[in-house]
Parts: sequence; structure tokens; C-alpha cells
Amino acid sequence: MEAFSVLANSQITDEGLKAANAALSSGFAYGLAAIGSAIGIGFLVGKSVEAMARQPEAAGMVRTTMFLGIAFTEALALIGFVVFILAGLG
Amino acid sequence: MLALDFPPINEVLRWRDLIPGIGFNKISLIVVLAVVISVAVFFAAIRKDPMKPPTGVRNFAEVLVEFIEQQIIMPTVGRSGLGWTPFLLTLFVFIFLCNIPGIIPFLQMPATARLAIPLFLSLVVWLVFVGAGLKHQGVGYFTHLIWPPGVPAGLKPLVGLIELVSTLIVRPFSLTIRLCANLLAGHILLVTFAVLAQELIKSDAIALKPVAILPWVMLVFITAFEVLVAFLQAYIFVILTAVYIGTSVHPEH
Repeated sequence: MEAFSVLANSQITDEGLKAANAALSSGFAYGLAAIGSAIGIGFLVGKSVEAMARQPEAAGMVRTTMFLGIAFTEALALIGFVVFILAGLG
Repeated sequence: MLALDFPPINEVLRWRDLIPGIGFNKISLIVVLAVVISVAVFFAAIRKDPMKPPTGVRNFAEVLVEFIEQQIIMPTVGRSGLGWTPFLLTLFVFIFLCNIPGIIPFLQMPATARLAIPLFLSLVVWLVFVGAGLKHQGVGYFTHLIWPPGVPAGLKPLVGLIELVSTLIVRPFSLTIRLCANLLAGHILLVTFAVLAQELIKSDAIALKPVAILPWVMLVFITAFEVLVAFLQAYIFVILTAVYIGTSVHPEH
């Protein structure tokens, strides 16, 4: 109910607009940054599981390389998360 | 219905001084504890009598050393890198002991979620891998670094710029951000679900009180997940350090 009472006597202020922009853009920053990394990690782990299933004796090496790949792939999503913190909560 | 206000970010991350005026807060306490615990464990593991079989703490320390040697150094640097074991073991134990307080009651804060500690660690790693490169390859390290062998002459300016930036600037930056942001994200997740559960229990509507079980279950699940993250991030930091040292010590031909 509170939300509607706010709508009734709405007055757009500069601070309100700024806060709304920050909230919106921080959400977009994190969401868009996560897409690429999510697809990348999905591919990476899927292919690694495939490799481990084909050649179980190489599992150790594949696992090490997989973690390395995950570390590089998720870096961009994490930068998106930092932008989210800076823009949204900071 | 619910007064759901996420606490401001500084309230979650900044801590008051334990004793006012000397600038020693919870983060410093965790870092000092991490150093004291790791030094104590490895001193307790020193073998006093070489004829006796290893027991207790020493077994644990041997497992850690073997983990660093077999799982981190051998696949990345190779046999010649075994001399790096003490450095990588120190890094691993310190980062893990800084990560794990995120889920320990009363501490409830990973020290690595503040940017200063990962930044310092990755600057140390930066100095070490550049130093190792200079020691093993001399000044040729830098030319090798910006122009890997086999690059066509026309591409040299472009490749040189990309390699220089990616090695000397992006490497420490991404190490820092990776460690810090992972732990920070975990901490914020824990705070979010804790706040949600608390507000649901405190709510006036009696029908909402049982719903608090859902965020509470999630909280337990994330706490278990954070143990994994604490280990995995320490592992990833150390294995990346080993890879960087490996590329400095053995240049690609």
C-alpha cells in the first residue's frame, strides 16, 4: 500500500532520479556482465566433464586446467559485481 | 508489511576499532590470528626425532605440503619449481585462514573481502613473478614478454602493447578483484538471507513467521557453500601465482 501512496503525490526530485538511475544501472551492470561468464563457464565445465569421461586417467590435468579457465572466465562477471557494488550500494 | 532495509554497505564491511584510538579492528585481528595460527601449526609440526613416524599435527602439515607440491606446482611449473613450495604454501594457508572467518561465529567477516589485503598479496605476487623472470632470463625477460617468439614484424607494436598491459597491469588487477569480489559476494549473500530471516521472524503478521524457515535453510546452504569458496579461492589464487611464476621461469619457445 505504501508504494501506491508514494505514487499518488509523486514529485520527481533530482536526488530521487539519481537514486533511481543508480539502482537501474547497477542492476543492468551485474545482469549483463553475468551473461557472458555464465555461458562461458557452462561450456567450459561441460567440455571438461566430457573430457574426463572420455579419458579418466587425464582427469587430474583436466581439473587443474578447468579451474584455471573458470578463474579467467569469471573475472568479467566479478568486475560487473564490483560495478554493481559501486553504483548501487556505495 | 516488512521493514526490509538492507543495511548500508559500510555497516556490513567497516568495523569499529576494538580498542578506540589505535586503529586495530576486526580485520586486523583476523589477519594477526591467521599469521599466528599458521606459524604455530607449522612450528608444532617440526620433526623432533627423525626416527619416529609422523603423528598428529605433522601429518596434517605434510598433507598440506604434498597438496601444494603435487596439485599446484607439478602441473604448472614442473619439478624445477619445487623450490617455490614455501612461498606458495604460505600464500595458500594465509589466504585460506583470512577467508574462513566469513563463516566462523563472532568473527563473521572474511578479511579478504576488504580490498587492501588481496591488493597487497597480488602486488607481492607481481614483484615475485617479475623478479623471477628477471633472475632467470635477465633483461631479455621484458623483450620476451612483449614479443613472444614467432610474432610477425608487422604485428609487433600491437602484440607488444597487448602483452605488456595484460601481463603487468591486468594480472595483478584480476587477481585482486577475483579474490575480493568472490568473498565480498559471499558475505553480502549471507547478510541478505540473515536480514530476511530476522525480519520475517520479527514481523507482526503471525502468518509470516513460519516463512522464515526458507531463508534460514538458504543461509545454512550458503554457509556450507562458503567453505567451498574459501578453499577454492585460496587454491585459485595460488595456482595462478604458480602459473605466472612458471611463465617467468620457463619462457615459451
